[in-house]
Amino acid sequence: MASASKRIIPGFGLSFGLTLAYLGLIVIIPMSFIAIKSSGLGWSAFWDTVLDPRILAGYRVSFSSALIAALINSVFGLILAWALTRYRFPGRRVIDALIELPFALPTAVAGIALTSLYSDKGWIGKELAVFGLKVAYTELGIIVALTFITIPFVVRSVQPVLEQLDGVYEEAGRILGASPGRIFLRIIFPEITPALLTGFGLAFARALGEYGSVIFIAGNMPFKTEIAPLLIMSKLEQFNYAEATAVALVMLVASFIIMFAINCIQARAAAFVKE
Amino acid sequence: MKFSHLGLIALSALLLVPASGALPARAAVTELTNVSYDPTRELYDQYNKAFVQYYKKKTGQDITVVQSHGGSSKQARAVIEGNEADVVTLALASDITAIEHAGLIKAGWQKTFPNNSSPYTSTIVFLVRKGNPKGLKDWGDLAKPGIGVITPNPKTSGGARWNYLAAWAWADKQYNKDEKAVLDYISKLFGNVLVLDTGARGSTNTFVKNGQGDVLLAWENEAYLAIAERPGEFEIVTPPLSILAEPPVAIVDGVADKRGSRALATEYLNYLYSDEGQRIAGKNFYRPSNPKIAEEFSKIFDLKVKLITIDDPLFGGWDKTQKAHFEDRGIFDKIYTKK
Repeated sequence: MASASKRIIPGFGLSFGLTLAYLGLIVIIPMSFIAIKSSGLGWSAFWDTVLDPRILAGYRVSFSSALIAALINSVFGLILAWALTRYRFPGRRVIDALIELPFALPTAVAGIALTSLYSDKGWIGKELAVFGLKVAYTELGIIVALTFITIPFVVRSVQPVLEQLDGVYEEAGRILGASPGRIFLRIIFPEITPALLTGFGLAFARALGEYGSVIFIAGNMPFKTEIAPLLIMSKLEQFNYAEATAVALVMLVASFIIMFAINCIQARAAAFVKE
Repeated sequence: MKFSHLGLIALSALLLVPASGALPARAAVTELTNVSYDPTRELYDQYNKAFVQYYKKKTGQDITVVQSHGGSSKQARAVIEGNEADVVTLALASDITAIEHAGLIKAGWQKTFPNNSSPYTSTIVFLVRKGNPKGLKDWGDLAKPGIGVITPNPKTSGGARWNYLAAWAWADKQYNKDEKAVLDYISKLFGNVLVLDTGARGSTNTFVKNGQGDVLLAWENEAYLAIAERPGEFEIVTPPLSILAEPPVAIVDGVADKRGSRALATEYLNYLYSDEGQRIAGKNFYRPSNPKIAEEFSKIFDLKVKLITIDDPLFGGWDKTQKAHFEDRGIFDKIYTKK
């Protein structure tokens, strides 16, 4: 406490108190409510619930498709952000505005629209069916929906960093004879890595909890395309709050660990950039 | 420093204490909230208009009916969690029983109104593509190899529980109560399911708009709506044996007594049994519970179909059926334990 009272910048007590109060009200109290509700189950019933093979399959579908969607968006979101900041072309502002659209659309509408496009009778699905590729009602469909929903995160995280990147380092690299690829890898990429990680983390977390759009395109077949949030919903439908929150609690803890790890890596990357 | 922390935390804790207070006294109730499930949208749209007119004529009072729709169990949960519904008109007795267990509806509600408190009924039929290319006539045909079946998940959709139970009732007759054969049939049937949507409207969409599967297991009224929406593309096959789906209605005592809306709510639900109410149900493809009015619609409904009820000894009522079949690790889950 001694060090805390000697802080040079005033207002720590106030801002920290507000932080705790705000987070407590909006995040921590609702979250701990989940823990309390699931504690009604008792230890062995809790493990029976969350280790049920069907629930485990649900976790697998949810985590793997969220991970793949976040990875896809990390690659293509970066390319999108790059094109939007580095080049001037007609329609750039329109495309820039389009990026946010997946956020504005109700997710159920997105799910229904994507399903009718990608089902084997739909415009896109019909063409893909020729190659024997089935999108709607498979795990691929889930990934398509999640990719659609989370596209803004990576673009919007990386874009401002790219915009503010000082050109002098690239120029210096060029003068010293570095190839464009080397300039990107050694100068630009380390600069945007923290932002890219943030975008990846946000996209992954959002994809993990997504329910509204996925249930329409997934087919919801147990062990194959049944996502964990759906299993939670189906327990709620049976008024089984304790088991529903138990499944949710595992998801929360797992995502918190993943997000915490991403934050740690990101802090390291940011420190590296400052050097 | 430490003090200001605690002060702020204490202050924020104070803010959390919910503002509790007396409810304002209300004048004569002129508003009624009906919380219902998804496929009754068109029905209550028409019925509410008719009821408002009837009530005006009878009492001279103008009233409004606030109507809400959603998945049946979701709606029940909303009422339990404080959505102030004067009446509920849901898909399953078990959803209303859940509200009863929460203390908002008195036990014995199902005896309050005639016909198990179900002013209209429905049954489960097959919606097939035009000309019935796979020749599906009865429940047995649905379990044959190569048939694509679309049904919502009985675990998430109240309506879909009737689908499953209708199939069960047929198999029970077919295989002379041989439970192993019945289970085998049900497993084959659900093995043919291509997409398990979470709700009835989702399944209709999958079958009708996205062209999946050969047959949709649907409530009779949903099947007729699909045909009305896209004439000439589908046909209805009524199997010789199906289940009597009784969507019940009830007054939410906890809310009605607090708001003083009991008289209005009773009038509202009673009028569903009037000739006009029954005809509105029939026009919206629900089977009127009044046999005389039902006869007027005999061109639409196959009134000869044999209908098993949930209170049949085979099922023994909703509470028992829910526990045995649909609860987690129940019979339905066993179908999907190992892929």
